[in-house]
Amino acid sequence: MGIVSRGFSGRGRGDDSGRLPPGQYSTDDFPVLSAGPTPHTALAEWSFTIEGGTQPVSWSWEEFHALPSEAVTKDIHCVTKWSKFDTDWEGVAVDTLLESVEHDRAYAVAYCDGGYTTNVPVEDLTGGKAWVAFGYDGEPLDPEHGGPARLLVPHLYFWKSAKWVRGLRLLDDDEPGFWETNGYHNYGDPWREQRYWGD
Amino acid sequence: MTETPAVRTLLLDVPGWAGHRAGQHVDVRLTAEDGYQAERSYSIASAPGDSVALTVERLDDGEVSPYLVDEVVPGDRFELRGPIGGYFVWEPDGAPDPVFLVAGGSGIVPLMAMLRHRRAAGSDVPARLLYSARTGEDVIYRGELAEMGAEVVQTLTRAQPPGWAGYARRVDVDMLREVAYSPQANPRVFVCGPTRFVEAVAEGLVALGHKPGRIRTERFGGT
Repeated sequence: MGIVSRGFSGRGRGDDSGRLPPGQYSTDDFPVLSAGPTPHTALAEWSFTIEGGTQPVSWSWEEFHALPSEAVTKDIHCVTKWSKFDTDWEGVAVDTLLESVEHDRAYAVAYCDGGYTTNVPVEDLTGGKAWVAFGYDGEPLDPEHGGPARLLVPHLYFWKSAKWVRGLRLLDDDEPGFWETNGYHNYGDPWREQRYWGD
Repeated sequence: MTETPAVRTLLLDVPGWAGHRAGQHVDVRLTAEDGYQAERSYSIASAPGDSVALTVERLDDGEVSPYLVDEVVPGDRFELRGPIGGYFVWEPDGAPDPVFLVAGGSGIVPLMAMLRHRRAAGSDVPARLLYSARTGEDVIYRGELAEMGAEVVQTLTRAQPPGWAGYARRVDVDMLREVAYSPQANPRVFVCGPTRFVEAVAEGLVALGHKPGRIRTERFGGT
């Protein structure tokens, strides 16, 4: 326990579900956190590419949409302290995408319109743990929240769920991404409160 | 220090503080007597080299901000983590590019740290601030803004004092065209405010020809 703050009683004790990671509070909003302007990519120009296998594999928006997709309901946790329970997404599992890719790489970097990158170990993207999501709450994913498509890796802090994602680069060695080189934790497990460098 | 009816600046004495950069934030952690804790992030308002000042706006449905604005008295203690963030920062690094700052409401706080830093460092990089507030009473740092050695343009969106000569509407593309440095001047742009505000400003600047990579944003609040 830290220093007691005189006169502070707090009011967030309502959550006894065990679903709220340390230091987080629950919200019904869906706040936005981006480092720059929101990109707008026409669907005709959109593609999703996985590099780093024996050869690059790419899907147009139409081809991507023809892949089997899944509806998933997940709790999400932003490093800025908010968590949102039971968010409804539709997307293609990264497992499904990787079926077309022959590789033995251990790491991945997601890259995006606008230049954003984030790194995630391949084992955190596979085994039903990650999706490329194009739908939210029954609607096409809003550009503000990462549409046309964003990575969804709900078991890590939400900056790992890269907005406006356009592909994955598979790598032998880990390569820190945008926030990971700007003071934020390399892995980002909310349950171990890995927010910043040194956590 | 009371800034507006809803905003207060806290001057903190942080043992072992190693300094910060203009634009960074800290995490504040409050602990109740039963061990319950709440954490939130706040931008640092002071210039690097000065002790840590936090300017906090009371959110009516907030948990930490009402405590910081209304409860804390000199001598109280709470935990601080930081400084945090390495992207939404400005330093006089020798580049001559002008700096254009756009603030919505309490989004002024990290931008004020940049202006204070610029003044303290004696930087001659041109700087211009466009600051949107609801009413004259809601303008934070009202007195100090005029002494920053920067051009300050204000818009008051909800109510204006008698004789108000500034803008009286939400920031829009026309206003940005009039106030922002031209894209040819290759300004560095920092935008901070509520999500809707930041979205509108960033989109407007891109529409006017500013490179997205030159526009750095920080947003707060829900959508």
